[in-house]
Amino acid sequence: MTADLRPPAGGRLILPGYQRPAGVHPPLDSPEYRSSRQRAPLRPLVPLPHALTEVTGPLLGSERVTPADSDLTTRHAGEPLGERIIVTGRVLDSGGRPVPDTLVEIWQANAAGRYRHQVDDHPAPLDPNFDGAGRCLTDSLGRFRFVTIKPGAYPWRNHLNAWRPAHIHFSLFGRAFTQRLVTQMYFPGDPLFRYDPIFNSIPDAKARQRLIATFDMDLTEPEWALGYSWDIVLRGREATVFENAGEGR
Amino acid sequence: MSAQGLPVTPSQTVGPYLAIGLPWEDGPFVVPEGTPGAFAISGVVTDGDGAPVPDALIETWQADPDGRFAHPDDPRGPAAPAVPGFRGFGRCPTDGQGRYRIVTVRPGPLPDPGGGTEAPHLDVSVFARGLLNRVVTRIYFPDEEAANAADPVLAAVEPGRRDTLVAVAEPGGFRFDIRLRGDRETVFFDV
Repeated sequence: MTADLRPPAGGRLILPGYQRPAGVHPPLDSPEYRSSRQRAPLRPLVPLPHALTEVTGPLLGSERVTPADSDLTTRHAGEPLGERIIVTGRVLDSGGRPVPDTLVEIWQANAAGRYRHQVDDHPAPLDPNFDGAGRCLTDSLGRFRFVTIKPGAYPWRNHLNAWRPAHIHFSLFGRAFTQRLVTQMYFPGDPLFRYDPIFNSIPDAKARQRLIATFDMDLTEPEWALGYSWDIVLRGREATVFENAGEGR
Repeated sequence: MSAQGLPVTPSQTVGPYLAIGLPWEDGPFVVPEGTPGAFAISGVVTDGDGAPVPDALIETWQADPDGRFAHPDDPRGPAAPAVPGFRGFGRCPTDGQGRYRIVTVRPGPLPDPGGGTEAPHLDVSVFARGLLNRVVTRIYFPDEEAANAADPVLAAVEPGRRDTLVAVAEPGGFRFDIRLRGDRETVFFDV
């Protein structure tokens, strides 16, 4: 079968790419983070232009998510131990536009700093009422909301007396392959920030701060849960191609 | 020049416990099991010592066999899916031996904004402990020699490393190993 390779109007295919922000993400080569020494590529990355495969991406919808998936505290007969929290925010692109209907996946340790995973041998208790995974879709304004418990800090042997600051892992798709992001949300005022090579792998101190949620009394629900807000910004599209495209019309 | 807008959220590693949150039972199936013409792409992820990476996650994204995406940003407009149940997306964690496996169909060639044609390919993201950001590579097919020779992305890769982006035919499909670091390191892209 022959593929239809024609651009829509018979002319050249117009594809605005995505911005390539410099200095935001941690360098892959970050030797203070010990695991990177065996795994980070040595060769320079080859620039990849943004063509059809890159400006599209999986739009994983409601068939993957039920409303119950966003509450990590109601999966078992009993309630998990720990500080009940609400974590909410918006997924936006760098142009300030909300990213609606996009899948957000999270996973985390329990209140004692233990993951429900066979490799985690930290001598802290598992919680029979906590698995540590959640999912939701953003709404039409790009908002997400999870109910969970505050994860504990835990030791990780990267160096002598190494402890990770409390964090929740976040996975985001956006609407294009270029926008895929996996990151970690931290909690304000954590005394471990200055010692953590993963947090500090982000070269720009201001960019690091963007991973720290804000405690919000307005989100906090009386007699029930503390509220934290955290917005996530994915790279937005380049405008220049659109501008050029208008010239010949 | 207009302002850059909102600053982007930085990446962090998936860490060693991604298996809690990311794998799906049907994740490896880009097309439903039993789809005519479906084949496997499988391989091993290894580190700089050549040791298998047992805690990685592979994700793939590709066009359908007609070279179309069911996506509003494909400027060619909507097209009926060439394969029923085609998802375009695959996701598979590596096992204890560093192995992954997805089941898919061959994507079609794609028009390129530069006026050329991209050879059939899959975009691949690799996530793992030790990677502070995903690394991105591409899988091309070994029996598409003419198309690969004309592919603008392969052309930008130094010739001696292009073979790291081309899968190897094997019974039941193709093999594509991913060497994160060191000897015959896979080509990774700045996307």
